[in-house]
Amino acid sequence: MSTPVVEVNNLTKEFVVKSTRGLRVIKRTVHAVSDVSLTIPEGKTVGLVGESGSGKTTVGRCILRLIEPTAGSVKFKGTELLGMEQNDLRKLRRSMQIVFQDPYASLDPKMTVGASIAEPLEIQNVSGNHQDRVAELLELVGLAPDHARRFPHEFSGGQRQRVGVARALALNPSFIVLDEPVSALDVSIQAGVVNLLQDLQEQLGLSYLFIAHDLSVVRHISDTVAVMYLGKIVEVGPAEDLYLASGHPYTKALLSAVPQADPVTERGRPRIMLQGEVPSPINPPSGCRFRTRCPIAKEICAVEEPELKERGQGHPVACHFADTVALEMPNPAAV
Amino acid sequence: MTDATLSIRDLRVTFKTLLGPVQAVRGVSLDVHPGEVLGVVGESGSGKSVSFLSIMGLLGKNAVIEGSAKVGDVELVGANQKAMRRVRGSEVAMIFQDPLSALNPVHRVGAQVAEMILAHQRDMSKDAAANRAVELLDLVGIPQPEQRARQYAHEFSGGMRQRVMIAMAIANNPKVLIADEPTTALDVTVQAQILEVIDRIRKEMGTAVVLITHDLGVVARMADRVQVMYAGRVVERSDVHNIFHESRHPYTRGLLGSQPTLGRERLTPIPGAPPNMLQPPSGCAFRARCVHAAPQCAGDLPELVQVGLTESACVRANELEALV
Repeated sequence: MSTPVVEVNNLTKEFVVKSTRGLRVIKRTVHAVSDVSLTIPEGKTVGLVGESGSGKTTVGRCILRLIEPTAGSVKFKGTELLGMEQNDLRKLRRSMQIVFQDPYASLDPKMTVGASIAEPLEIQNVSGNHQDRVAELLELVGLAPDHARRFPHEFSGGQRQRVGVARALALNPSFIVLDEPVSALDVSIQAGVVNLLQDLQEQLGLSYLFIAHDLSVVRHISDTVAVMYLGKIVEVGPAEDLYLASGHPYTKALLSAVPQADPVTERGRPRIMLQGEVPSPINPPSGCRFRTRCPIAKEICAVEEPELKERGQGHPVACHFADTVALEMPNPAAV
Repeated sequence: MTDATLSIRDLRVTFKTLLGPVQAVRGVSLDVHPGEVLGVVGESGSGKSVSFLSIMGLLGKNAVIEGSAKVGDVELVGANQKAMRRVRGSEVAMIFQDPLSALNPVHRVGAQVAEMILAHQRDMSKDAAANRAVELLDLVGIPQPEQRARQYAHEFSGGMRQRVMIAMAIANNPKVLIADEPTTALDVTVQAQILEVIDRIRKEMGTAVVLITHDLGVVARMADRVQVMYAGRVVERSDVHNIFHESRHPYTRGLLGSQPTLGRERLTPIPGAPPNMLQPPSGCAFRARCVHAAPQCAGDLPELVQVGLTESACVRANELEALV
């Protein structure tokens, strides 16, 4: 087996937040990502799903070291990134890029689109004609070469996101973190960008980490899906397996909560209603972090943290009762 | 058919801008009946929110509103501020996508709900209103409502804030609840909870609900009837099953086709982008993006006509079955 493009082991990120009580400064720790391990094979897409505050974006940024991880290991094609010198890291960044969610905020309004796309080439001192490369990139993402002279405000949301993709591709990366790349777009536009990402992957052999809260898009685009809850991966496996035979109650509930765009299946399927909301990552629950909202939680869940391991589902699940989940909880994905 | 609770006829909204008039809504008609959920679907800029903001009198001075919108016998279009204040909250209430900006940060949540009650029920005592506010918070599923009523908006999570908004909206038993993307800012598991609250209120209080959303899944789950909007017009209208399974409008079909599918097969996006409403195209506004566009589509503005099981504003709706 070839070396995976990205290998994340026991990644942990804690943020210290300060608040004041009168004159006293109180430091508290936000456990944003705890002990996350993840492998992204070459040419494949790993989807990372979870609700707000689950730590999915932090994982993406820690991999690129846009945020400095607290502990763990991130290997890019076998090279350890954590602790690497900034100069060396900058060279490696040619191969690892990111596309952000908000195509309005991620482009400089005062720079032409061409200049934005060429900027990575300049930073990395790439030789050759940058204008030609920009034209080539614009065509690659389905825009016209003469769009290079325009400013971001002259583009629609979908076109701007294509510009973001073109900029990420400028340095011929092999791995791209896609952080909610289509969440801000209307469905009819979203489909076009999803198709583009899949075409580019096939054409250029790219590997993706696709971060999103929209499970249907993730299912469509990913080979492997990891579900995060409160800083932890609770279940990871091949996309279809996860959707059809999920072993974690949170995955089941999440799938059941996503409305299907068909009134017959949507109204006919079982629903698992979770109580309450995601607890604060400052003070995560003991044991299993999902237990406070879990419909099948028992005493052991508060005491012992379930390890993420193979429990007879064919893929790793972090639940003490993974074997009964399939039997006791209805399958929301069943159509 | 029972009488409509809310009846809109030929509503038009035009914004005066420096660049010229923007025709955001171009002749929308609809009826909402007691206890039903009308789903209003469309993408950004289709005029779905503006239509309802306009009848609530919530648009700025640069908006010119024409047409008619009646709740019972009360005409909302052109009503003066005093009349609008009587209607808003008591006859028609509205909730929004972002509940934080809709709540006052320096007043206790319970007091804000009570204020809403007192605004329309002048003879009620302050204590009675405060008690009623707690009851309402309980009704929308806020745990420990007595304590929560004494807290401020920043102490509530997004889902809880939206529940507070719903409590305020139903405080005076409105006949119509307009919900403008009520769950778009929320996580899916919380979205499911809020949708359930809205559904329960509809059932228990017989409120007519207008659910404005871009999410076809939410529509499939909640709506009895659906109308699809594009470029300020209703392009298709029917009951929810027919919209999803018997659509006779290329735009509706395009939206459905853009939905991510189960497998990895390619999605079919709608090419192009919505038109600029400073210069809306002649004829059908969708024709520039439509795969079935023909010369006749550039003619008159297509009206909604019953074709098959839906009402479609496509001049080729009759041929559409053969075309696909």
